[in-house]
Amino acid sequence: MAISSDDSLAAPLGRPQGLGELFWVFNRLALQGFGGVLPVAQRELVERVRWLTREDFLELLSIGQMLPGPNVVNVALMIGDRFFGLRGAFVALAGMLAAPTVIVLTLAALYGHFAEQPAVAGALRGMGAVAAGLVLATAIKLAATLRRSPLGVGLASALAVATTALVAVWRWPLVWVLAALGPLALTLAARRLRR
Amino acid sequence: MNVLSLGEYVELIGHFMVLSIIAIGGAITTAPEMHRYLVLERGWMSDAQFTGSIALAQAAPGPNILFVAVLGWTAAGPWGALVTMLGIMLPSTTLALAAARWGRARRDTLAVRAFTAGMAPLTVGLLFSTGWVLTEPTRTSAVALVLVVGSAALLLRTPVSPMWLIAAGAVSGALGWV
Repeated sequence: MAISSDDSLAAPLGRPQGLGELFWVFNRLALQGFGGVLPVAQRELVERVRWLTREDFLELLSIGQMLPGPNVVNVALMIGDRFFGLRGAFVALAGMLAAPTVIVLTLAALYGHFAEQPAVAGALRGMGAVAAGLVLATAIKLAATLRRSPLGVGLASALAVATTALVAVWRWPLVWVLAALGPLALTLAARRLRR
Repeated sequence: MNVLSLGEYVELIGHFMVLSIIAIGGAITTAPEMHRYLVLERGWMSDAQFTGSIALAQAAPGPNILFVAVLGWTAAGPWGALVTMLGIMLPSTTLALAAARWGRARRDTLAVRAFTAGMAPLTVGLLFSTGWVLTEPTRTSAVALVLVVGSAALLLRTPVSPMWLIAAGAVSGALGWV
């Protein structure tokens, strides 16, 4: 990937001095990310340590979103790989996951002990309702992008509704749903794009 | 927490490896399938435990993917967390590295563009499904409905941090309103 030649920011780009710095930067940004690390990652990597231009970050993100798996984890892997190869990829991933994993599993263990307490069970139910709201908000945001779909808004919406019905209402196994709708969606998209 | 046999662990990691491959748009899109498998098919946790696990992970710092570790922990303790995390991570990380090295040049080919355009509506449908499945334990509660709709609306219309919304949900739940 080319480092963009017309960097809008005047100062030259930096790079991690070693694997240690790579680990600590990803550790720091992961621990700041409540309910999602992506916005923090953009701020830290592009504006604070300046290892990437904004264009670089967007490009990595769009690749990360096209691939299966967690976007922000894919981005960490690709950045580590870019600077230090395979070792760098794993160090960036470890930095991103190590401390948060310890924290979240400690919470899970504590929850296991106190799950019987009505206040704790209630708090989790309330948090669960908010979590559902957050996921639905993300779905609504993404649904708005279907207006620009090469499939056309009608077809894209129909596919989204069909997926929701099969998965949420009829509780089909996901593999069946993707086997049924995936090839259809890809064929239609390819046909529209070819025109 | 359940004690799993070796065969069940193998099946668990296999199931999550398949989910890793089909999790376009993040692992949370496959949550309905995890729910179908862990709650309905296996009975390793209740509806409330499933949604609680995801809520717990969202309240903690770090990548959202860690909800998978909490689900594994709830299903089968530390080994469960390790197995589900390995399963969900291994295939997608391998693909991401391969793509980073060889896929860039091919990003504008018809096949890749058709794949992205075709999968987008399915991803949206999966996210709506996830939201719906997460409301399962609290569907009869009016206050919970207000929390669901209110937090979605606030997130869409204001720059509020999700942290405050989760905190509000925790407080109203702890007070016994939900």
